[in-house]
Amino acid sequence: MKFSENWLRTWVNPALSSDELAHVLTMAGLEVEALEAVAPAFNSVVVAEVLEVVKHPNADRLNVCQVNVGEASPLTIVCGASNVAVGVKVPCARIGAVLPPNSDNEKGFVIKQAKVRSVESFGMLCSDKELGLAEESGGLWLLPTDAPVGKSLREYLELDDKLFTLKLTPNRSDCSGMVGIAREVAALTGSKLKPLDIQVQPVMLSEQLPVQVADTQACPLYCGRLVRDVNAAAATPTWLLRRLERSGLRSISAVVDITNYVMLEMGQPLHAFDAAQLSGGITVRRARKSEGLTLLNEQQVVLDEDVLVIADDDRALALAGIMGGQGSGVETTTRDVFLESAFFHPDAIVGKARRFGLATDSSFRFERGVDFAATRQALERATQLLLEICGGKAGTISEVRGQMPKRVAIALRRSRVTRVLGIALDNKQIADLFTRLQFEFIADGDDYRVTPPSFRFDLSIEADLIEELARLHSYDNIPALAPRAELTMLPYSELHRPLTRIQQILVTRDYQEIVSYAFVEEQVERELCGNENPVALQNPIASNLAVMRSSLIGGLVGALRFNLNRKQARVRLFEVGACFAKNNNEYVQTQRLSGLAYGETQAEQWGVATKPVDFYDVKADVEAIFAPQGLRFVAAVHPALHPGRSAQIYCGEQMIGWIGELHPHWQQQYDMAQACVWFEVELSALTQAKVPRISEIAKFLPVRRDLAIVVDEAVTVQALLEAMQQASAPYVVEIALFDLYRGKGVEQGKKSLAFRVLLQDTHKTLTDSEIEPSIAQLVAVLKKRGAQLRM
Amino acid sequence: MQELQNILDDALKTFAATDDAAMLENAKARYLGKEGSLTALLKGLGKLSAEERPAAGAHINKVKQQIETALQARRDAIQQQALQQKLAAESLDVTLPGRGMGSGGLHPVTRTLERIEQLFHSLGFAIASGPEIERDFYNFTALNIPENHPARAMHDTFYIDPQHVLRTHTSPVQVRYMEVHQPPLKIISSGRVYRVDSDATHSPMFHQVEGLWVDEEISFANLKGVVQDFLQHFFEQDDLQVRFRPSFFPFTEPSAEMDMSWKGGWLEIGGCGMVHPNVLQHVNIDSEKYLGFAFGLGVERLAMLRYGVNDLRQFYESDLRFLKQFN
Repeated sequence: MKFSENWLRTWVNPALSSDELAHVLTMAGLEVEALEAVAPAFNSVVVAEVLEVVKHPNADRLNVCQVNVGEASPLTIVCGASNVAVGVKVPCARIGAVLPPNSDNEKGFVIKQAKVRSVESFGMLCSDKELGLAEESGGLWLLPTDAPVGKSLREYLELDDKLFTLKLTPNRSDCSGMVGIAREVAALTGSKLKPLDIQVQPVMLSEQLPVQVADTQACPLYCGRLVRDVNAAAATPTWLLRRLERSGLRSISAVVDITNYVMLEMGQPLHAFDAAQLSGGITVRRARKSEGLTLLNEQQVVLDEDVLVIADDDRALALAGIMGGQGSGVETTTRDVFLESAFFHPDAIVGKARRFGLATDSSFRFERGVDFAATRQALERATQLLLEICGGKAGTISEVRGQMPKRVAIALRRSRVTRVLGIALDNKQIADLFTRLQFEFIADGDDYRVTPPSFRFDLSIEADLIEELARLHSYDNIPALAPRAELTMLPYSELHRPLTRIQQILVTRDYQEIVSYAFVEEQVERELCGNENPVALQNPIASNLAVMRSSLIGGLVGALRFNLNRKQARVRLFEVGACFAKNNNEYVQTQRLSGLAYGETQAEQWGVATKPVDFYDVKADVEAIFAPQGLRFVAAVHPALHPGRSAQIYCGEQMIGWIGELHPHWQQQYDMAQACVWFEVELSALTQAKVPRISEIAKFLPVRRDLAIVVDEAVTVQALLEAMQQASAPYVVEIALFDLYRGKGVEQGKKSLAFRVLLQDTHKTLTDSEIEPSIAQLVAVLKKRGAQLRM
Repeated sequence: MQELQNILDDALKTFAATDDAAMLENAKARYLGKEGSLTALLKGLGKLSAEERPAAGAHINKVKQQIETALQARRDAIQQQALQQKLAAESLDVTLPGRGMGSGGLHPVTRTLERIEQLFHSLGFAIASGPEIERDFYNFTALNIPENHPARAMHDTFYIDPQHVLRTHTSPVQVRYMEVHQPPLKIISSGRVYRVDSDATHSPMFHQVEGLWVDEEISFANLKGVVQDFLQHFFEQDDLQVRFRPSFFPFTEPSAEMDMSWKGGWLEIGGCGMVHPNVLQHVNIDSEKYLGFAFGLGVERLAMLRYGVNDLRQFYESDLRFLKQFN
């Protein structure tokens, strides 16, 4: 809601500056979003009439003008504007005038008496741009022919005014009219509110248009009247135009301007029909299924039965409370007008405008609630203005009244006020606050019964009243107090590892955390995740942010590319976030941790040989964040990854993630000089932990035996380790790989492996005869898998 | 006697002139070895008479002891010298940079969230979480925002399907938590939220932290107290002012916007209010017995103010030159 401060002050005029008034409104919940001057500061600019225009003797483009500024003798002023002509009225900056900055002149300037090419000039004729009122201009600002010569331009155009823009919350529809804002200012400041003087207009026609309301629940009150013989082509008076414009509305025609004005003034949207275009009477009814209507903005809409329309005997004319239709509105040729002022119930209007992609001043008000006690008054007010401005004869008002909204008294307990707010208001304060708010109430000791006024739609329970009391009393007057409550300890389970600890491990291992958007391009999901059916947004903000990610890989690869393009040679990133999938109408949202490493294993430094990061480096990082939990890695194919260098990660029996080198195809496509290694794991697997249980430390030192073998490349180390472990050979407490060799001395297609076996007994030192059977058992297991012992 | 003195003088001179451990041992042999001059004298003792022998023997032994002492002293000196040389040769340029793995860092949003969670944790707030694809019911209806309510237009919602949205705020977590927990309760919940909005001051995805405290005697004054306490601790400014302005949220009543004093003006940092009785009724909490407050803070806004970030978009660009400044 935007309005002129001067207009507001005609209703209520507190002794506050503009800034103070804005602060009062903001602190009462009517946030002043903008407070701007109508015109920048300037002075000594008056309305002038050009009396004579003579070519400048020394300059082709200049004219020497005689200008009447309302004084005995005219001023000589040199002017370069091409639209200067005898008889025009223009702003004239007198000598000594200070003009504001504009785009050509950043500092502004002072008008001095000066010689322009040897002709003395006593002022300057101005464009609107030179007065800081327009960005561009086409020459002198031509003022209306009836502008009073000699009058200060600021006074004449009421430029000493400020524009307030309120950011109205949905509950305060009562402040979408000046009457409501004025009422609020009066309540807040204690200033006197001047009532709007609305006179019942004399009826000059007995004629009445028949009005039927088929749905009186949706439209509890409908008022309308004919006004015949109006001059719809009449000019809208300047004062009205100015107020409209300062509220951000364009002038359309006198009749429409009047309806808009009354809407701004009283918050009641009105509609004017051209009576000649109506066939029969007016009916307020639900639309018929698939009924069509062309709106004022030329939009064609197909309606449904839940939409309320204003119709005549033949057709729907308007979307009730939202927008008029084409062919029935007032044109400048209209002679007879049917004026409508109705109360549509918010429930009947809410959501309908949005359905048709509309948001109108009318729907804004009706869906939030319009004062149903002022419906008829608004019609009288509009009639009054119409008769004043366009003439005509007013007919009898047709009024159809159904079940009006009830205003049920709300109980308020003073004790509850104290409990909710944390401060005690006494009965005198409460009564005073309600009175200022124009709420009717009955007090019974500390109990109140408060009836909300017809203009408020946001008051239905005790808490609503408490907010009103707090708001008017001022939130600033409520102290900030520490709560008093019982102290209880929070659970702190050791079975859960905090995420921060896991993040810290990656940070220690040189990974940088990122946060990327949860929505990605559909192509990324298809190509990198093989996801043909991603969770899609119905209304994405951009096509490259259209689907929800099923993996964090897209954001990480994107971030890698972003940094490579900025000459980063080594990039190690991780992210924690939800991944999304659809599973039988349920959305599965899994928190994952994912990372990638690109470039050298370590930053370039002295004394360290460089080596590009590979699968095993990143595997160690993954193992580190899971430690002490062991993981299994099973070779598997992933659309984003090199098929020979990728694996699924298992934690116990559960597949909990992926690791692998980016597929060379994507590496090439993304213009990466090296491959990056990526991993992703489920957070739930990472955050599980066990409470340690200590076992007895063996008193006898372990015995070590090494097993060196040669096996086919195809046999995985993990398979051999698992086989040996499953053999459960006595005394064996640890088996680990400590060497891997390929090359000279080992047949092509084979590899040499060396395992360290530790054997131990808790009660004695092992002898060779006890060790040998265990080793033999392990050797047998290895041989079964094609291994040859190496001596 | 003179001979004995000569041997001693010679030995001391020779030892002093020797810098090498092996040569020193060779030199020792010349006096104390099998063929050594002192050994020869000792052997000669037998030729002396029984009367002469003790005195001569004592003389020789004394010289022998002197030689051995000198020898040991020289050995120690040579060893010490060798050690000194070795140490000198081994000295490092201690100013060379340390080697090894560098370290990364946490995202500023994570860093900020950790601080927020720690501060509220210290007041006994538990941590709760909820889904990001949220049912329309939890995001709106259960929060007293019925279908078509004009307040929905304030939210610029991303829709997945007619029943599911990307949560527009963290407030649904309140409802989910209260469905399964009875008061007294106090939680905070942080995470990603989504709005159809994108420019220098709006991101389609951002982070909120939601706080909720429900107990028998929790007032609006307490809400002010807790939020002010938090902000003063978060910014480590005891004189930081917080301003509460009436506002409207369907799920709180009274509702307020929170402004914080900043560089001579006021900055909006979130919304809050007393939990609306309808919200409590939805989750079968007796709103006569219990009162509660709830607040929602913009995490990025707090991070921007704390760390001097001017452009919201920097949080999501993953530019290492930006991120590493938080390490």
